[in-house]
Amino acid sequence: MPQCVHDSKLAQQELPACKPLLTPAWVIAMFILVAAAFVPIGAFALLASLNVVEIVDQYDNICIPDATTNDQRVKHIQNYQTDKSCMRVLKVLKDMKGPIHIFYQLEHFFQNHRRYVKSRSDQQLLKGHASNASLDGCKPENVFNNQVIVPCGLIAWSLFNDTFSFLVNNQSLSVNRNGISWKSDRDFKFGKNVFPSNFPNNYPAGPNGNVVGGAKLNEALPLSDNEDLIVWMRTAAFPKFRKPWGKIEHGLSAGDLITINITNVYNTYAFGGRKKLVISTTSWLGGKNCFLGIAYLTVGGFSIIWAVVFFILHYRSAR
Amino acid sequence: MAQKKNRIRLSKLYSYACSRPSVAEGNVPVPVTGPGFSRVVYCNQPSLHKAKPFKYRSNYVSTTKYNVVTFFPKALFEQFRRVANLYFLFAAALSLTPLAPFTAASLIAPLVFVVGLSMTKEAIEDWRRFLQDEEVNKRKVKVHVGGGKFELTQWQKLQVGDVVLVEKDNFFPADLLLLSSSYPDGICYVETMNLDGETNLKLKKSPERTVELDEDSEFGNFRGIIKCEDPNADLYTFVGNLEYNEDVIPLGPQQILLRDSKLRNTTFVYGVVIFSGHDTKVMQNSTEPPSKRSSIERKMDYIIYLLFSVLLLIGTVGSIVFGLKTKYDMPKWWYMRPDDTTIFFNPKKSVVAALLHLVTALILYGYLIPISLYVSIEIVKVLQAMFINQDLEMYYPETDTPARARTSNLNEELGMVDTILSDKTGTLTCNMMEFIKCSIAGTPYGKGVTEVEKATAKRLGKGSPDTDAAVESENINGEDSGIEMTSKPHVKGFNFQDDRIMNGNWIHEPHSDDIRMFLRILAICQTAIPEEDASTGTISYEAESPDEASFVVAARELGFEFYKRTQSSVLLREFDPTTLKRVQREYKILNLLEFNSTRKRMSVVVQDESGQIFLFCKGADSVIFERLKNNGRKYEDSTKKHLATYGDAGLRTLALAYRKLDEAEYTEWNAIFVKAKTTVGANREELLDEASEKIEKDLILVGATAVEDKLQKGVPECIDHLAQAGLKIWVLTGDKMETAINIGFACSLLRQGMQQIIISLENSSEAKAAEQSQDKEMLTKVSMESITQQISNGQQKIISESNEDSAFALIIDGKALSYALKDSLKDELLRLATSCASVICCRVSPKQKALVTQLVRKGTGKTTLAIGDGANDVGMIQEADIGVGISGVEGMQAVMASDFAIAQFRFLERLLIVHGHWCYKRISIMICYFFYKNITFGLTLFYFEAYTSFSGQSAYNDWYMSLFNVFFSSLPVLALGVFEKDVPARVCLEFPTLYQQGTKNMFFNWPYILAWMFNGLCSSAITYFFAINIYQHQAFRKGGQTVGLEELGAAMYTCVVWTVNLQIALIISYFTWIQHLFIWGSIGLWYLFLVVYGSIKPDLSTTAYKVLVEALAPTPSYWILVLVIVIACLLPYFVVTAIHNSFWPKDHHILQEMMHLQKHTRDPEMWSREGSKARHKTAIGCSARVEDKIRQLKMHARHNR
Repeated sequence: MPQCVHDSKLAQQELPACKPLLTPAWVIAMFILVAAAFVPIGAFALLASLNVVEIVDQYDNICIPDATTNDQRVKHIQNYQTDKSCMRVLKVLKDMKGPIHIFYQLEHFFQNHRRYVKSRSDQQLLKGHASNASLDGCKPENVFNNQVIVPCGLIAWSLFNDTFSFLVNNQSLSVNRNGISWKSDRDFKFGKNVFPSNFPNNYPAGPNGNVVGGAKLNEALPLSDNEDLIVWMRTAAFPKFRKPWGKIEHGLSAGDLITINITNVYNTYAFGGRKKLVISTTSWLGGKNCFLGIAYLTVGGFSIIWAVVFFILHYRSAR
Repeated sequence: MAQKKNRIRLSKLYSYACSRPSVAEGNVPVPVTGPGFSRVVYCNQPSLHKAKPFKYRSNYVSTTKYNVVTFFPKALFEQFRRVANLYFLFAAALSLTPLAPFTAASLIAPLVFVVGLSMTKEAIEDWRRFLQDEEVNKRKVKVHVGGGKFELTQWQKLQVGDVVLVEKDNFFPADLLLLSSSYPDGICYVETMNLDGETNLKLKKSPERTVELDEDSEFGNFRGIIKCEDPNADLYTFVGNLEYNEDVIPLGPQQILLRDSKLRNTTFVYGVVIFSGHDTKVMQNSTEPPSKRSSIERKMDYIIYLLFSVLLLIGTVGSIVFGLKTKYDMPKWWYMRPDDTTIFFNPKKSVVAALLHLVTALILYGYLIPISLYVSIEIVKVLQAMFINQDLEMYYPETDTPARARTSNLNEELGMVDTILSDKTGTLTCNMMEFIKCSIAGTPYGKGVTEVEKATAKRLGKGSPDTDAAVESENINGEDSGIEMTSKPHVKGFNFQDDRIMNGNWIHEPHSDDIRMFLRILAICQTAIPEEDASTGTISYEAESPDEASFVVAARELGFEFYKRTQSSVLLREFDPTTLKRVQREYKILNLLEFNSTRKRMSVVVQDESGQIFLFCKGADSVIFERLKNNGRKYEDSTKKHLATYGDAGLRTLALAYRKLDEAEYTEWNAIFVKAKTTVGANREELLDEASEKIEKDLILVGATAVEDKLQKGVPECIDHLAQAGLKIWVLTGDKMETAINIGFACSLLRQGMQQIIISLENSSEAKAAEQSQDKEMLTKVSMESITQQISNGQQKIISESNEDSAFALIIDGKALSYALKDSLKDELLRLATSCASVICCRVSPKQKALVTQLVRKGTGKTTLAIGDGANDVGMIQEADIGVGISGVEGMQAVMASDFAIAQFRFLERLLIVHGHWCYKRISIMICYFFYKNITFGLTLFYFEAYTSFSGQSAYNDWYMSLFNVFFSSLPVLALGVFEKDVPARVCLEFPTLYQQGTKNMFFNWPYILAWMFNGLCSSAITYFFAINIYQHQAFRKGGQTVGLEELGAAMYTCVVWTVNLQIALIISYFTWIQHLFIWGSIGLWYLFLVVYGSIKPDLSTTAYKVLVEALAPTPSYWILVLVIVIACLLPYFVVTAIHNSFWPKDHHILQEMMHLQKHTRDPEMWSREGSKARHKTAIGCSARVEDKIRQLKMHARHNR
């Protein structure tokens, strides 16, 4: 045997192999298998979604004086002096088991726009002034009064700042505002010793070219404890998104009246966005969305149809 | 020197005396000056050539593409000549600007990886070439170092002006001027097979004046100056003068020994180096090997262009929308500070922003174009080539040569071949003549079996049962063909088996006198020179041609040993029937009448010891038969019958005859002959012919010989199988028409009953007349007309043929081709040729071989394969889509020019039908899959854009994307490309029609490619729209968290990774552990990557930070989202494939199913029935021969009834 030719199974392309083949029986079996798995999963998923109780209330159009043009609305919302408080009463139609999650929902807000997504500094969020990373990505919200802004960038600057307080049947309702963000974000992405400083929203607008965006930041509260900011800074994937705001630990019963005091200050009027408040229970799959269940049932259904079609075709015209 | 005494002045021997009368001495030297004749060589003074102006190129030869300095720029340039790579280069360059949607490293790293890999491959290949060059450059030759001493020196150190001593069977290291040789008259024999493919030896002769320089010591003071032409590529001309001892001696091609030719039959020669290294004629002739690309790769370019258009289209759409959004919506989006933006998002300059965005989009959607496609294909092809190299079935143990894929980029082209153009000598045949049969006195002798008979017998044995009976009655040989070779060692050139006349048994045969005469003619009527091996006493022969050698060998083996030749006689050791002893006899050679192609015969006039004068003659049967005496025709009929049988078996036949001459008759004739011989002038040949004509008559026929131009092992079967696979086979040979036709029969390319259309100027009398008149214009015109006429006659013949079983063969010679290949006729020729079952071109020059190849390649637009072994095949090998060289023989030119090298012609079957088929399918499916996976991935990016107002934000982390092609989807596709087998090798061979899948390009046509792209489109759409609907704004887990960009990106990417990897699992029909490892490994790798990457610092891992561990893995909705999307993506493909396989199955599906049901073991009858159905109906090959025979027998039987 010469050295350059090897009589091995690999070299001779004779490795033991299994050769799966799409015989009709196999095809039918595969379809039945898929159907058998997908239909039950679909049913469970659909059931889970249907059992979720969700109250959605759009308040942006209500918590603003009536009969105004959009320009007037924008003016109204930008005016510091006007009263922006607003009260909503919602009725619980079905029993809701705790914990109940409270979200705010924004529409037509492009948190996923490239300019917006990039406008942050992860280094700074973690290390604050100690970070010497370039803050160019944060422009124009990187420097204010010739000093670095912490946290810099458009995302932090445009933090959602409507506030909500809840009464159930005129009893005050405690809402847990903690634990709404990802733990890893709190622990590793936002510094425990990083405090907001020189944050433009904390200063009045005007003289030195300051433009106020969203919420003010409490300079005594470290970033890692500011869960609203943490949640906000995990940018949404789509222009219509919900962000968790808090949790009601115990359940609500049908017929309960929820009174919500809203301070409606966040400007969605400028870009025609909507604001909604969502009170929802969750299932093992999360919130209310029937698509998953339907998708499973559809795929499962198709599989059954194909299994039948193949069965008929094959046994009619066996090759 | 004892040897010297034995030497015969060969030039004084009759044969040579006749052949070279025109080399008259004392030619006038031509003045060698002027442009093109500037070269001056100072013989034996190489030191003078060390400085200008006489510094010529060294003898170092390099065929590498790069050197250390040029490698980097040149190889890099080569890489970026590919459009796709260039695009990625621009993308990488732009990634350093803020335009890029990704980080620079994530774009540059894959490009560096991919280009680096390709360049490494180039470097390795070039290194191999370098090693090959080194081998040649380091060969050694004896060079004069001064004072009459010769020392072994490396070829590369040789310089112009050096005197070298080349010994027998060695190659000449450079172009030399022959000074002297071991023969006293300064002649030597040269084998030029490497240069022109001709196997017969060429005679070279040194100038008369330098003949004396035949010993080392004589070179101490040798001086001479050669003034000659500059280096050029013409092998057959040389003009120069040698100034030696105050004489000026003219030099011609006769005195020049060319590099790469070989010294034969001559102990040594002395020569002076005239041209060295790249100046030599052979190197001047070598053309840059054309870089060939397979048709699949050429088509792939178009697919890439298509994808570029798609890229540009979606990029433009995106940019327009982005521009509009920026202009009209952006001012309202206060949260993006539209009042203070960079140029990229400035609403006031939305047009500029849109244009810049286009650049961003082109980079972003770049994932539509698979960056790793080229490099993956290259890796796959190299590995495929390794499998070809490793194949034991294509390994030839006798010469220790495995098959070699020399360029790996044509592997898949092997599966698409339509026409094979084959050389004959050395390719189909071994260039070995074997005496195999003879017919003496009307009785056939010889039980040897030729290759073609073996193949036919085998086919007959395997024939279908209903025809077996019919065939059994007639055995092809008419005798028992099953005899085994005796244990006696095989004698070269002799494959004759018959106890009736071997070992002296012939004396008991009825016509023993005739047999004796037959053997005597064999032993005497020849021009070979015997050489006795002093130690063993065995005699070997040096003959001009291998057929002649086989005759003397046959005579020796049958008891008439020719052992010595003197100036005027031939000495034999004969078996004497009366005394039963071996006696020595001397035959005086009185005259020798040369063989040439017009006479087609040779004769000797001899006088035996008793003084009786004989004329022995051997020649072509037609020539001999017309010169027979009336009472010498006793055996004519039976001999003719035997000759026909031999001819059909492809044997080369000659008839043998003699006549007795009485003294007076001879003397009278000899006077005429001597007069003719001594005539000097143009009509000398004519006079000689006339003289010969006068004595070569009234012959008595004794018999005929049949020599097998030994086919290489397995050639007939191989041709048969290739024909069954639907391949067309053309033979292009430099040999004469008769030989070519013989081989045609031997290979079953021709058979009895096939109509031959012969196109030649030989039988056109007008052309001959025109030739004689030497009016060139006239000649061209007449020849053109004649050829045109012949071609249209041939076409008429085919059209008018009504019997659909009849087949045609086109046989055309070189001279006719030179006219038929002209622009006005070549299309007609091609049309005629393609309607014939086999085409044989004979007497074609290397150039014509290339032209014919070009005609077929361009004319039919189909894939051509040229196979050859000699330098004369180089043109054709380079011209064809695929060139195959026969390796293991001495000449390397063909192999060096070839794309694949195999040791034996028969390996071609496996190379094409097995490896070609596999590689074709592997590569074409692999490329389709590549586009599929990148479309699946790339389009999800585009859809997502629509939801980000086309801002250029991608859904995935940068590193997910750049690693997609490199890690998460690369290995399974490599496994597919390297290991996939639709059916095992033996099934490929048993069902040759499977090969047509490649020839018809069933797996890489536009519908097929577009179907795959459509599949990609579906998968991407399903992935994206399912994902965004499942992960809407609602909470996606029990804890109430909502989906962010991170989670959506990672989840969608998981779906893509699963989909593309499971898709390939559905394609693969051959799962070894490797495929399993790669597919499941790739998916596992993605998770592993996500865990590892997600656990490094968040400022590096950004959006991937803990996304799997914290957010996705503990979430049920993630897993069931992946499950439904992946299954939904695969479902369309699965349904379509299942329907196809069940209701419109392709050949390989049926075979797979039959294999699956174990039909080949459980129901071999059905298996073989299917097998015979799966054969292309052929008009050539031994199957066709067998079928033809069966048809004849059936007709015969019907007739009898």
